[in-house]
Order: sequence, then structure tokens, then C-alpha cells
Amino acid sequence: MIELINIKKNFGKTEVLKNVSLMLDAGQCIGLIGPNACGKTTMIKAILSMVIPSEGKILFNGNNIIGDVAYKNHIGYMPQIGRYPENMSIRQVVNMIKNIRKYNSPIDEELWHAFGLDPVSDKKMSTLSGGTTQKVSATLAFLFNPDILILDEPTAGLDPLAAEVLRDKIIKEREKGKLILITSHLLNELDDLLTHVIFMQDGEIILHETIEDLYAGTGETKISKAINNLLKSIRK
Amino acid sequence: MKKITGFVITDILKNKIILFYTLILAVFSWSVFSLEDNTAKGVLSLLNVILLTVPLVSIIFSNIYMYNSSEFIELLVSQPIQRKTIWSSLFTGLVIAMNMAYLLGVGIPVLIFVPDMTGLIIILTGMMISTIFISIAVLCSILTRDKARGIGFAIITWLFLTLIYDGLVLFLMFQFSDYPIEKPMVIVSALNPIDLARIMVLLQVDVSALMGYTGAIFKQIFGTSLGLIVSFGLMMLWIIIPFLISLKKFKNKDL
Repeated sequence: MIELINIKKNFGKTEVLKNVSLMLDAGQCIGLIGPNACGKTTMIKAILSMVIPSEGKILFNGNNIIGDVAYKNHIGYMPQIGRYPENMSIRQVVNMIKNIRKYNSPIDEELWHAFGLDPVSDKKMSTLSGGTTQKVSATLAFLFNPDILILDEPTAGLDPLAAEVLRDKIIKEREKGKLILITSHLLNELDDLLTHVIFMQDGEIILHETIEDLYAGTGETKISKAINNLLKSIRK
Repeated sequence: MKKITGFVITDILKNKIILFYTLILAVFSWSVFSLEDNTAKGVLSLLNVILLTVPLVSIIFSNIYMYNSSEFIELLVSQPIQRKTIWSSLFTGLVIAMNMAYLLGVGIPVLIFVPDMTGLIIILTGMMISTIFISIAVLCSILTRDKARGIGFAIITWLFLTLIYDGLVLFLMFQFSDYPIEKPMVIVSALNPIDLARIMVLLQVDVSALMGYTGAIFKQIFGTSLGLIVSFGLMMLWIIIPFLISLKKFKNKDL
């Protein structure tokens, strides 16, 4: 569905992505794991063409995404830190995005209600807490029933209850055969969620395999332990 | 494009500053024409005010607005919208809002007190100047991520075009006053949009005789309809070139 071919990206002199090649298919739920500053967010932003790769190309269903925007109709994106126009209310932001997207099918407002955003929808974005902003980001990502969900640190800043709501929603969407890409540092949360794991370090993909292979290879049954084992073996 | 431009315009109009700007322009214009019996004098006073305030407000307001819209831009880029559409919509929204303020503040009194070609030229050049400085502001905002630097750069550009440039021209005129410098002067003046606007209006009110031989040359060159067209063409370039450079930069920007 999404294919990255030899993607390189430099910010000034720092190489953030070094020759990343990747194939992501429908029905997969992929955990993108790696230490801080390993290039996870840059890779995600490259897929959304928010960051323009220095080299390489990205294919969406076989078509190069350069100069194309229609493919973003199929993607729901939840940024790590949602930045919204400060003097707009929650409702105005959601309505604006609804207005801009030409979307005719019924809108998925499950998260809007589950997060209880309706009673606070007249609050200005500038007055919201980090957690509420995350709830708005999540709602927007799922709103148009996209085939692909890209969630950058989805549960960071959410309270346990809201994180559970989001987790249930992710599982529900996974069952529909969507492609879901999640980055997270909270590895415990990813158990039972993922079908694949990608481990990145210093702008390179160190590991890309199915959960079963990961468990089999490391003899563990938890992602956090498996990754820790793996890290130790790499360092040796 | 229309939708985003609409959002931008309503957003700017919600901002009280633009209403204040309209009010100030209106107060200036009405008082200038009420105080002066001679409309030609009134036009000149108004011209000086316009050529100082309109570029300043246009460039600073637009520059800060662009920086403050960074969240809005980031949100839109993650949606299925062409970058070109986003950038053009922001620019168009600013142009429409600022020119609406100008038309309400200056346009109405000018049309009432100077309902002839001169009035039309004042309104038209004012709108061009406003748009030119929005275009420059938009370019300044994309050149650097640092807001303080961007605004500083915008202020320096305004200072250069309104004050320093004229000082330099005057200096050169005195230095080379023994030579026939009228023709080069025309070229030098034509390169600065504010000078261009000033000359266009001055020639309309027929005070060019006060400027001596240079005035006569200006009249000869800018006074014709061809001169008028060339002047407007040059001003259009001042709008188009900075905007196109900023658009090209925005298309390759990492957010």
C-alpha cells in the first residue's frame, strides 16, 4: 500500500534518514519503535509529504506521491504534538477540516463522543490541556474513516481512561483490515495490538518483522521484553 | 481555495487591529479633505500619510499573521490540499482583507472629494502598494523560521524602501548634479514601488512643475499613457516576484 524506496533526508548536516526502504500493506498494524531522534517522526512526515525527502521516492498504491495530494484522503494522521490555530474553538477546527475535505460518506464521530468533547467544544484551542488537544487530534485522525491510520505517540498525555478508549478504537479499526502505523515509547501498551514491529536507530531500520517472528527469535512473549533482549544483543 | 481564503478573511476581520487600521485611515482622509480647501493640497497630504502608513501596516501585520498561521498551515498540509492552494489562499485572504480596509478608509472619502482620474490613481496605487508589501511580508516570513528575525527583516525592508532609498537617491543626485542625470534618475525612481506611486500621483495633480527639470522629464516619461502602463507593470512585478519566490520556497519547506 505504501512503499518507501531508498529515502534519505538531511536537516542541514545531520542525516535523519539514511536510505530507508519499507513496504507497508493493508491489514497490518505496525509498531514503529526506536530511541528519541531516530527519525520516526521524520519518516511519518515524509509519508504525509510534510517533509520532502532529499532522495528516494514514496509510492502510494504504486503511484509516486510527489505532486499528488489525493492520496491523503486515505490517511488519518494524529501528530505527536497537535498544533492548531489558537483562536479557534474545538468545534470550529473540526468543522473546518470537515469542510475542507470533500467527504460524502458518513463521518465517524465515535471518538468525539467517547472522549466527551461535545460539552467542551466551544473552548478555544489555546486554552486546552495537552491531553484534550491529543483527543482532538485523535478524533480528527479517525473522522473520515481512512484506510490508513498514522498515529505518532497516540497515548502520550492521555489519561488512562482515554488511552483505553483510543486503544479499543485502534483494535476495532484493525479488525476492518486497515493499515495502522503507531509510534510509541510505551511498549507495554502495544502488546496484543501489533502484527509487525519496525525498530529504527540513527535513521536506519534495524528490524522489520512480524510479532510472531520477534517472539520466536527472542523467546519472549511481551514486546517490551523482546525489544530489550534485542537491544542487548545488538549492543553486544 | 475559496474555502481557505474565506477562513483567512473571517479570521483577520475578527482581529480588531484591521478595524482600527480602517478607522485611522478614515480619520486621516476625512480630516485632510475637511481641513484643506484646495483638493490638490489635500491629495498631497493624504499621499504622504498613505505612503508611510499603508506599507508599514501591510508589511508588519501580514508578516506577523503569516508567522501566527504556522499551526494552521501545518494542519492544512497534513490534509489533502495542494501546498500551492494553501499558500495562495493565505496571500489572497490577506490581500482582500487589507485592501478592503484601505477601500473603506481611504477609497470612500477620496471618491467623494476627488471624483476624477486623480482620485482613481490614488486608490489604485494605494491598493497596489498595500499588495506589494503583503507580498514582501509573505516572502520575509518564509525566509526564516525565527519570528523575531522575520519581523526585523520586514521592518528593515519597509525602512529601506520608504526612507533610506530616498536618502540614497538624494545623495547621488547631489554628488552627480553636474551631470545630466535625469534619465538615470527616472530608472532609479522606477525601481522603488513607493517612489513610483508618489510620482504617479504627483503627475496627476500637476505639481511636477515644482520639481524643475526633473519634474518635466518625469512628466514626459511617466505622464503618458504608456508611462502609466509601464509603472503599473513594474508595480505588478513587485507583487508577483516576491510571492512566486515565497511560493517556491513553501513548496519545498519541511514542516
